[in-house]
Amino acid sequence: MHTDYNEPKRLLAADPAIAERLSTRQAEIDAGASTNSATRAGLMMGGAVLATAALATDVFGQSSNLPGIVVDVLNFALTLEHLEAEFYVRGVGTAGLLPEEMRGPFDQIRKHEVAHVAFLQSVLGSRAITKPTFDFTAGAGGGNGPFADVFRNARTFAAVAQAFEDTGVRAYKGQAANLMGHDDVLRAALRIHSVEARHASQVRRMRGQKGWITQSEPGNLPAAATGSYKGESNKFQFILGQPDSNAQAQTEAFDETLTKGQVLEIVRPFIAGGM
Amino acid sequence: MGDVTGTRGVGAAALAVAQQADTALGTAWGHSNRREFLRLAAAGAAALGLTTTMTGCVVAAAGTKKLDFRDDFGILNFAYALETLEARFYEKVVAAPPRDLRPGELQILRDIGDHEKAHARFLKRSLQILRVEVPMSVWPGIDFASRQSVLTAARNFEDLGVAGYNGAGTRLRLAEFLTIAGKIVSVEARHAAALRDLLNPGSRDFAGDDVVDANGMDRALEPGEVLAQAQKYFAEPYRAVGL
Repeated sequence: MHTDYNEPKRLLAADPAIAERLSTRQAEIDAGASTNSATRAGLMMGGAVLATAALATDVFGQSSNLPGIVVDVLNFALTLEHLEAEFYVRGVGTAGLLPEEMRGPFDQIRKHEVAHVAFLQSVLGSRAITKPTFDFTAGAGGGNGPFADVFRNARTFAAVAQAFEDTGVRAYKGQAANLMGHDDVLRAALRIHSVEARHASQVRRMRGQKGWITQSEPGNLPAAATGSYKGESNKFQFILGQPDSNAQAQTEAFDETLTKGQVLEIVRPFIAGGM
Repeated sequence: MGDVTGTRGVGAAALAVAQQADTALGTAWGHSNRREFLRLAAAGAAALGLTTTMTGCVVAAAGTKKLDFRDDFGILNFAYALETLEARFYEKVVAAPPRDLRPGELQILRDIGDHEKAHARFLKRSLQILRVEVPMSVWPGIDFASRQSVLTAARNFEDLGVAGYNGAGTRLRLAEFLTIAGKIVSVEARHAAALRDLLNPGSRDFAGDDVVDANGMDRALEPGEVLAQAQKYFAEPYRAVGL
C-alpha cells in the first residue's frame, strides 16, 4: 500500500512539535491510556522508529475516529500528493532533463511532496487509497498527451510543475473548511498548503513568471492548463466587493479555491484510465 | 476609538457590519450579495454564540491596545494589524528604494506592497464596525538604504505572516473566515518564497529547511508568539488576552 519513492520514509518525530505530542501520547499510553492495536504492536516491537507511524496515526485520530468527510479530504489530498511526488521523483531522477539551476529547487520540492505522501498515508492508515497509475503527458494513459516531452524537455517539465503546484494550492484551500473541528488534521493541511504555495511561487519564477497569479492568466502555459486558473480573477472576497483602482493587484492578492470536482477534472488526463 | 465591548452582541455587530458595508458599497453591491452577507452574518453570530459579546476589538487603554483572541474578530483584528504593518513597510521601501536593488526587484516589492494593501483594506472593511486602529509603526534594526536589510526584513515579515495564519487557522470558528485566511496565506507564502530566492537565487531557500520541516510542513505559530515577534514594530504595545 505504501509507495516506495526510493527514499527512506521520513520520521514524523523529526518535527519537534509532533515529536512532543508523540512522546506525550506515549507517556499516556505507558500510564495505561487506551490505544489502538497498531500502536500497541508498534510499541511492543520495541523501537520508537517502528512505532512512530502507528503513534502518529493514533495521535491524529485513526481512520476509525476520523469521520468519512475527513478521510475523503485526506485521500483527495493524497491523490494529488502521489501525482506530485511521482512526477518530481521521476523528473529529478531523469539524467540530463534539468539544467543545473533548476535541480536544487526541484529536488527540494520532491523532498516535500514525498514527505506529504508519507504523512497522509500515516494518518489514513489502512484507509489510504492506493497510488493511481499516472500519465504525465496528460494523455490519460496513452502516454502521448499535450505534454508528450515532459521528461525530455525541462520547459515542459516546469510548465507541468507550475500547473500542479498552482492547482494544489487551490485544492487544499478549497477543503480547509471541511476539516474544521479536527484541529490536528486542519493544522497539518494548512502547513502543507503554504508549502505548496512556496513551491508554486518558485516554479513560476523559474519560468520567468511572477510568483503570484494575475487575473486568470495561465502564465504562459498551454491551453490544456487553463482550468487551473479558472476563477482566479475573482474580485469579491467574502461577498465584500473590492472596488479597487488596482484590479490586477486585487486578483493577485487573493488565491482562489477550487472544488474537489474542479480539481479532479484538471488532473483526470494525468491519470491512466481516468478516475 | 469606540469600545464596543459590553452589551452589543455579535449578531448585532455583524448586522451593523453588513449595513455599513452596504452603505459603503452602495449600488455596486447587488441584492443577492446583500442577502448572502446577512445569511453569513447570521451564521457567524450563531457560530460564535449569540450571547458572546464583541470582545475582539482593539481597545485603547492606558497606553496599550488590547487584542482579544477569544473570537474570530480578535484574530482578524490581529491579522489586520500585521497586514497594515506590512503594507506600511513596503510603502516606505517603494517611496525611497535602496540604491543597490537589482533589476526587477523594485517591481516585486511594489507588487507585494500592493497585495498587502489589498489584504489590509479587505480586513478593515470586514471589521468596519470595530473601528480598528493600528498604532504607528517603528522600524528597529531595518536599514531602508540597504538591499540586504530590506529584503531580509521583508522575508521575515512574510515568513511570520505565513506561520501566523497557519497557527491561527484552527481558532477560527466561521468557515468563511477560514477560507479567506487561506486565500491570503498562500499569497504570503508566495511572497516569502520569492524574497528568499532574491536573497539566495536558485537555492533551496524558497522553502528552506529552516522553515519547512521533515514532514514538508511550514511553520505554525500561536498568535501570542507572533505578537511577541511583531510587537517591536508597533509604537504602542499590544496587550493580548484570551490566549
